[in-house]
Amino acid sequence: MMAPSAKHSAGRKAYLNARLIDPAQGLDEKGGLLIEDGWILAAGPKVTAQSTGSGTTTFDCKGQVLAPGLIDMRVFTGEPGNEYRETLATASEAAAAGGITTMIVMPNTTPVVDDAAIVDFILRRARDTAIVRVAPMAALTRGLGGELMTEIGTLQEAGAVAVTDGNKAVANARLFRRALAYAKDFDMLVVQHAEEPTLATGVMNASETAGRLGLAGIPAVAEVIMVERDLRLVEATGARYHAAQISCRMSVDVMRAAKARGLPVTCGVSVNHLVLNENDIGAYRTFFKLSPPLRSEDDRRALVEGVKDGTIDVIVSSHDPQSADTKRLPFAEAEFGAIGLETLFSASLSLHHNDGVKLSRLIDALSAKPAQILGLEAGRLAPGAPADFTLADIQRSWTVEDHLLRSRSKNSPFEHRTLEGRVMETVVAGRTVYAYDPSR
Amino acid sequence: MTTVRNPKRLIEGQHLLGIESLSAQEIVRLLDLGERYVEVSRQIDKRQAVLSGRTQINLFFEASTRTQSSFELAGKRLGADVLNMAVSTSAISKGETVLDTAMTLNAMHPDILVVRHPSSGAAELLAQKVSCAVINAGDGQHEHPTQALLDALTIRRRKGRIEGLVVAICGDVLHSRVARSNIHLLNKLGARVRLVAPSTLLPTGAENFGGEIHRNMREGVTGADVVMMLRLQLERMSGAFVPSVREYYRFYGLDEEKLKLARPDALVMHPGPMNRGIEIDSNVADGVQSVIREQVEMGVAVRMAVLDALARNLPGGGNA
Repeated sequence: MMAPSAKHSAGRKAYLNARLIDPAQGLDEKGGLLIEDGWILAAGPKVTAQSTGSGTTTFDCKGQVLAPGLIDMRVFTGEPGNEYRETLATASEAAAAGGITTMIVMPNTTPVVDDAAIVDFILRRARDTAIVRVAPMAALTRGLGGELMTEIGTLQEAGAVAVTDGNKAVANARLFRRALAYAKDFDMLVVQHAEEPTLATGVMNASETAGRLGLAGIPAVAEVIMVERDLRLVEATGARYHAAQISCRMSVDVMRAAKARGLPVTCGVSVNHLVLNENDIGAYRTFFKLSPPLRSEDDRRALVEGVKDGTIDVIVSSHDPQSADTKRLPFAEAEFGAIGLETLFSASLSLHHNDGVKLSRLIDALSAKPAQILGLEAGRLAPGAPADFTLADIQRSWTVEDHLLRSRSKNSPFEHRTLEGRVMETVVAGRTVYAYDPSR
Repeated sequence: MTTVRNPKRLIEGQHLLGIESLSAQEIVRLLDLGERYVEVSRQIDKRQAVLSGRTQINLFFEASTRTQSSFELAGKRLGADVLNMAVSTSAISKGETVLDTAMTLNAMHPDILVVRHPSSGAAELLAQKVSCAVINAGDGQHEHPTQALLDALTIRRRKGRIEGLVVAICGDVLHSRVARSNIHLLNKLGARVRLVAPSTLLPTGAENFGGEIHRNMREGVTGADVVMMLRLQLERMSGAFVPSVREYYRFYGLDEEKLKLARPDALVMHPGPMNRGIEIDSNVADGVQSVIREQVEMGVAVRMAVLDALARNLPGGGNA
């Protein structure tokens, strides 16, 4: 993983009078954060104006939340290949504005990230152009073709943090089993878009709503049978497995049971599936056409419960920039996907405000857990960790308007919505990469 | 001039179908006899009479230059009439079964049938139906007993013993009959076996085969007395079982750097034919620690020993 080279900022700085939340240490209390040269020196109630020496620059956080920078485990960009939709640079601007200090980028680019040289290209482009950290996941199968595995050991050495076919499911069970067995030898995480392709030929959740709209449905079983198949293969191979996004109650139940059996499995959910449901599609609004599809309110509630009790480990933006040419189409013909870097934290806060999810669990799912799953140093406020953090005013409301969004594509499902809570400042390796500007 | 006499019974069975059914004593007796045939093979006049008048048919359902010529030479040096029959898969596809072919040959009264077949268990099946002695020259992914015997003879001549040696068997264990026969033999003679392979090239239940499993080759060869490489077939190394040739070579190929982790006097072995630059570096294959060419020599000697031993168990045997 690489941070832009000019990110280091010399000298000691102290962020005082904050509400520190660090799930990795079980911390949620008033205190301060002391950093130097891009690294954390101390965090806690003992870091005060009195305790920091005279050579330290201090900032008064005025009681705002100070949390480890968010780590978004599922980000699609257009670089390389479709830079008109999004570059690593534009995505990183949006990420910084959303409190995200590390983006995990997907291999679904042109060319596909299935070779060490392309992993290296992404890391170098990120170093030179992005303002937050970038770590790539590499493809699990060559050319995302689903038939032949990639050079998992070599890709790992090049800097890939996991292998996945991104938004494509690996349907071939024989290949998937072997890939799990092989990945296990390298302790490489395998991430799956869990969806049985032959059942997932529709465009929205298979439901009464789909029937009334006259749209082909994707049943929830398309997801759960793939999750269940994969769990059997995980049990047989012992590999570390992560279901990138689950979307329905059945999957939550299956994952909960798998964890109870002690399998080395984790899963994620997109914030879209936690705050929206299929009814938001309304009159064929394509910004709500997602993969997996938005499901029923009952499914949404089950997902929230899953986040609450830790069955669902991580929350992702599933940021997927699409332009007018792929979205301004009849619903069935439009592409799947929504942007979400900039709204990830604010939208997630609605779970805290409205659904009773503890703030520390939210930060855990947005930062500590992804770091733990991927083996990253960030995601915590401990001494020695990188000084990657975000300051947020969790009560401040703002309205999402596309002219405010930094992403090069504007397909946000939260357009015109008012969200409660926003990121005020984002710091990567000790350097401020975003500060809220109310005049913008 | 050395000739081999005193033909007492060396092994119990009528056939040699695998190492699994042999006892340690039987293996040692075959190796001892093989030792003597090494000397015979180094003489100018190599002719022996122990198979004089006997007919040996080499029935190969799978192409193999070196094993077939090794058996042919072994039989001829012992005085047998040797017939090579290469049965192309097309003959099989015409409808003739393995047993049809065998029964046809059986009617010609061979004394010894040497069989290679791509299906596991084929030699066993033949042995049930014919009246002569059957030698398994490799059946599918099951056993290749004479390869294990020649490997053991090579090791024993170099190291003076087999018991207590650490032998790392590396590569495509999943598809290898050589590995299976060697695992049986080395365990019976008291070696400490390690199986070194990525999980995708290890059979289910490999941990119970009688070897320590290593998925990291560096760990697997560290301190080994013998590094035995296995052949990886080309079609298996482009994404189906391992991602690519270059990745396989990087993590599981035997190069000078990995070999340095073994004992300084470690032997490098390979059953051939080698994929240079894939499972083994050329410098290692041709280096001072390599005994790969010696394995070929031991192959003829051990096959002579096996033919001799089985001939003694034939009706009218033991008189030569």
